[in-house]
Amino acid sequence: MKRFFILLAMLGLSSAGARGAQAPNELRFCLRADPKTFDPLLVDDDNSETVRYLTGGVLIRINRKTQQLEPDLATSWNVDGQGRGITFHLRPNVKFSDGTPFSAEDVAFTMKRLMDPETHSPAADPFRSSEVPPRITVSSPLTVSILFGAPVAGMERLFDQVAIVSAKSPQKIAAVLGSYFVAEYKAGSEILLSRNPNYWKVGTHGERLPIIERIRLEIQQNRDIELVKFRRGEIDLINSVDADTFDELTRLMPRSVLDAGASLESEMMWFNQVPSSPLPPYKQAWFRSAGFRRAVSEAINRADICRIVYRGHARPAEGPISPANQFWFNAALKPHPYDIGSARRRLEAEGFRLRGATLCDREGHAVEFSVITNAGNRNRERIAAMVQQDLQAIGIRLNVVTLDFPSLIERIAKTFNYESCLLGLSNLDLDPSAQMNVWLSSAANHQWNPNQKQPATAWEAEIDKLMRAQASDIRPEVRKRAFDRVQQIVSDEAPFLYLITRNSLTAISPEIQNASPAVLTPQAFWNIDWLRKPMFTAENR
Amino acid sequence: MKRPQLLAISTLAVLFGAAILSGLISANPHSTQYRELPGARPSAAFLLGTDELGRDRLGRLLFATRISLLLAPAAALAATLLAMIVGGIAGYFGGFWDRCTVRIIDLMLSLPWLFLLLAARALLPLNAPPAASLIITYGLLAALGWAGPARVIRAGTRKLCQSDFTLQASALGCGRFRILWRHVLPNLQPILLAQLWTTIPVFILAEANLGLLGLSASEPFPTWGNLLRDLQSPFSLQPEAFAPLAVVMLSVACLKLAMPHQELHT
Repeated sequence: MKRFFILLAMLGLSSAGARGAQAPNELRFCLRADPKTFDPLLVDDDNSETVRYLTGGVLIRINRKTQQLEPDLATSWNVDGQGRGITFHLRPNVKFSDGTPFSAEDVAFTMKRLMDPETHSPAADPFRSSEVPPRITVSSPLTVSILFGAPVAGMERLFDQVAIVSAKSPQKIAAVLGSYFVAEYKAGSEILLSRNPNYWKVGTHGERLPIIERIRLEIQQNRDIELVKFRRGEIDLINSVDADTFDELTRLMPRSVLDAGASLESEMMWFNQVPSSPLPPYKQAWFRSAGFRRAVSEAINRADICRIVYRGHARPAEGPISPANQFWFNAALKPHPYDIGSARRRLEAEGFRLRGATLCDREGHAVEFSVITNAGNRNRERIAAMVQQDLQAIGIRLNVVTLDFPSLIERIAKTFNYESCLLGLSNLDLDPSAQMNVWLSSAANHQWNPNQKQPATAWEAEIDKLMRAQASDIRPEVRKRAFDRVQQIVSDEAPFLYLITRNSLTAISPEIQNASPAVLTPQAFWNIDWLRKPMFTAENR
Repeated sequence: MKRPQLLAISTLAVLFGAAILSGLISANPHSTQYRELPGARPSAAFLLGTDELGRDRLGRLLFATRISLLLAPAAALAATLLAMIVGGIAGYFGGFWDRCTVRIIDLMLSLPWLFLLLAARALLPLNAPPAASLIITYGLLAALGWAGPARVIRAGTRKLCQSDFTLQASALGCGRFRILWRHVLPNLQPILLAQLWTTIPVFILAEANLGLLGLSASEPFPTWGNLLRDLQSPFSLQPEAFAPLAVVMLSVACLKLAMPHQELHT
């Protein structure tokens, strides 16, 4: 219905569309909401993260395309043999946007503020490997060392999230080292970013970077309006679009859409294995059986979900790590196959029998359970409907229940009054240490059975051991081996049934040159310094 | 009966008949996913095409029509009966009971019913089969939708209790129950009918609202609200996707037109 009116609006306004003249050399796109903060150390939401990425200068940057580390404000760095300390050698002659010189003092100030418990910085959590505060030593204006109380796994990568703030600038956090600075902010309306006059980076031929002078970020909650604006040329990109929109744009503006392949986002399902949950014992027994979980997994046709729900812009998921995560993905894993015969055999081995068209357990209980998911997410509801039909084939009756999000969270995190749940997963951080709060059996986000005092199963105990081992070692190959094993256990035991991995879909105006969307955020404008927009207005289109 | 009214009743009868005989009109079950044909255009096999999961649109529309045209009047009847009891007691006994009931009605009317529905729905058992979830949804509508009619019925009862013929019956020695049964209730009938007629489309639209939010009947049951959600997908650009909208609008309009004039005036 909403799209119908939008269609009418598009038809009615299409002639007026070209009149939306843009200032030259200005990039426009939408944020879903106002950023919660402009303080780079307090960023906790996507919108603030976008502003931080565009304005903040970091010591080390992760190249969103290659996923490799690149020097930014630090020209080089050394991690000590134990993985506790790091020394940065800083880039000389760098200034903040207000002209204040950048030095090692600023790095020390930033790290002290970041690690101060009073700051409550989300970016600080991964650094907190011990209770001991880090020791920061400024040995010269361009050299700074940080020593943590215990080894921090993947330490260098964490600095991609730490934007350096000035210790001396009168503008405080408004003085930045990134490509742009916040020139104007109209709450609820827009944010104007202007090119940082003191930005240190220059092009290969000495040209000034970033190429685009200004970025106008419009605050727009409504995705349909965002789409209309894109079609009218009023904005230049949509960072992430869903498969429906992608196909619609492919039909209407084929040169403006890009599928960058598997993203870091997947859809998964899990069974409630919490012993204190109010489920009857026979259902708890089903859900604790790896054979039952694998059988359910093998009865789900993932290829159909990819083809129908995501119009081919998804792939069956192999496990907890997407192939988009180039280093940590376990390439030996394969998605659970769609094999009804194998599913039936697994169920028979667990004592389940078909009575007519209904599957019954050893004690004669008909196998029926519910799956909860959040209301309003069309794709998830479609997946649930498809899983429902798939499970019918092995005699399982699945009741699909859509709940408003707070009610769903209440059930999965507090009351544990649910049977199975279908939700999405976004592993935005590439390093597995960021997933400690999921894999450790004692963790609160160990969704199928959280907050365990002792690991409930041998395989969970092994995962605990492997995760702790990888987090305390700094040798990448050793960590990779440990985490590969974790992925293998998760695939075999199926506490989470990984269904699909979505593709990273973006829409970028063909006018924008040098665009090369990546699967990591910010997908469309990760190489903002190099994006170029021809010097003409919308009338010239 | 005037011509528009007759036309409206005939249309409703045709819709209801088609919904009941849906098996003859569409051979495809409403929940079967023909996965090789998602979003198919109308054909001999699928007269209104298929939805995004390959389910027969016509079969789903007829099934949803059957649900709405059966359950919305049933829920409206339940709400009206509840309103009759509450409003009738308040209006007939007056005094303390009246004051209490009016406060409760005011409280009910001041509640944001949509949020109340969401909260009530979240507390329901998860393993209810789809049919039960549907009945529960309409049951909730009935349980929360009685307050408006109750206020009208209470006012009508009060007026009747204070009328001359009730006074005369009382003076002639009629008991309270006899007055209520023989004099008040028969005279309340037009009000009750009017409340029933006006509540049916309200409940139809309320279900459609819940369905649009994805909080109506669970899969694989289609309801009008669930079907209207399909208009949010690109397939909505196909004309056949607007059929549920047309049927909802037609049904609600017919229900309004079919209401007898005297009840409307009441």
